[in-house]
Amino acid sequence: MGKLTREQEVYKRWANARKPKPPLLRNVLAAFLVGGLICTLGQAVLNYFISLGMNAKEAGGPTAAVMILLGALLTGLGVYDRIGRFAGAGSVIPITGFANSIVAPALEFKREGYVMGVGARMFNIAGPVLVYGMTTAWLVGLFYWLIHK
Amino acid sequence: MGEKRVGRNTIIFSQPPAIVATATTVGKKEGEGPLAKYFDQVIQDSLYGESTWEKAESKMLLESVQRVLQKANYTFDQIHFMFSGDLLNQLTASSFAAREIPVPFYGLFGACSTFTEGLALGGMAVDGGFAQRVLVGASSHYQTAERQFRYPTELGVQKPPTAQRTVTAAGVVILESDGPGPYLTAATIGRVIDMGINDPMDMGSAMAPAAVHTIIQHFQDTGRKPDYYDLIVTGDLASVGKNLAEDLLKKEGYDVTDRYTDCGILIYKPDADTQAGGSGCGCSAAVFCSYFYPLLQEGKYRRLLLVSTGALMSPTTYQQGETIPAIAHAVAVERDYPEEMG
Repeated sequence: MGKLTREQEVYKRWANARKPKPPLLRNVLAAFLVGGLICTLGQAVLNYFISLGMNAKEAGGPTAAVMILLGALLTGLGVYDRIGRFAGAGSVIPITGFANSIVAPALEFKREGYVMGVGARMFNIAGPVLVYGMTTAWLVGLFYWLIHK
Repeated sequence: MGEKRVGRNTIIFSQPPAIVATATTVGKKEGEGPLAKYFDQVIQDSLYGESTWEKAESKMLLESVQRVLQKANYTFDQIHFMFSGDLLNQLTASSFAAREIPVPFYGLFGACSTFTEGLALGGMAVDGGFAQRVLVGASSHYQTAERQFRYPTELGVQKPPTAQRTVTAAGVVILESDGPGPYLTAATIGRVIDMGINDPMDMGSAMAPAAVHTIIQHFQDTGRKPDYYDLIVTGDLASVGKNLAEDLLKKEGYDVTDRYTDCGILIYKPDADTQAGGSGCGCSAAVFCSYFYPLLQEGKYRRLLLVSTGALMSPTTYQQGETIPAIAHAVAVERDYPEEMG
């Protein structure tokens, strides 16, 4: 459908104005709380690896691995979707949310088989993030290189 | 030809078919809602002992069909047609259930309006003398709809307050040329209305104008006023769409506020999962079959207008930026056999 007619515009504006608004303050607080908790947990894991004698840079890898495992585990146990419903961006943005976005479709589409199900659809949600994340990283890298040349 | 039709969109059945029996099967969450005690069966596991949710939905429909036949004491041989539909691509929930049902089968797609679409067509088949007895059913399932239309079910996303939850339910009725009521007395067939809403998380706003159009058309065609009915029930506008529909009707001079409700609101306790309320083919089917049908039999309600509402989009169309066309079909169900026709 192309442009909306005047009647459609009027209705859409009227209906949108009457729509219940998302509870912004509650959502922001929930995101802050849960996102903060996930990051604090990540920091604790990082500190643990550092206490084993790694430096901060070396400890980053295993910390990410632990957090991904945790996100994947909670997705498999059917808990992460509930956390997400409550916390919104607070549990989407951290790396645990990234794990959730890959494990959830993998679980979901297992019934269509390992090739056309899991294989083809695992990156349904994460795919766009990867594509545009990598593109952005590449562009930023290019600018950095040009500026420092 | 002529005496069965009034106005532009309405059929008045000359020999109103009787709804002789109903059966419902619903999911766990529906079984925890305010209508819990009315359902025939509540399944505790969304897979219902099957390997996929799609199979589970078919099984819910099949078992509802078997149950309704049992209640009315009929065998498959005595049923002349079955009309049924669901939300899945190529109507697999219905047609896969129908593999086990040796009855001439019509698969219907009207999105969540399927139940009243089926009642209208089934009513025409019976009143027209083409069948003595027909089955009409509809089903939907939260997980099968979610994975087809939205996100994987385990994805942690927050839903806006306009979102609705697809009801896990199957509802089936038997329509028969004679029998004890309630009776299907009239049907108003809706046309497709698109008022420019393109947010699939706000189907209430997309469907409200279609419901309003059909309800007003029904009043105009029949010359009835809202007070002819004890209750006007829309299918799944939920809280957002119901408010809009009420106001749109009021603007057109039809105040229905004291006799209007919506199946999508009745079926759930409101929470973060359900947001505005329920949706899906099974929503109006299960609420009518389990809750309103016995109330009509008892005479708590004498006349009811059921208006199932459907949003006719697919994941392809909304990803391509199309707006959401909607449809609504109304059926009048009355406890008493109408004395004077027309």
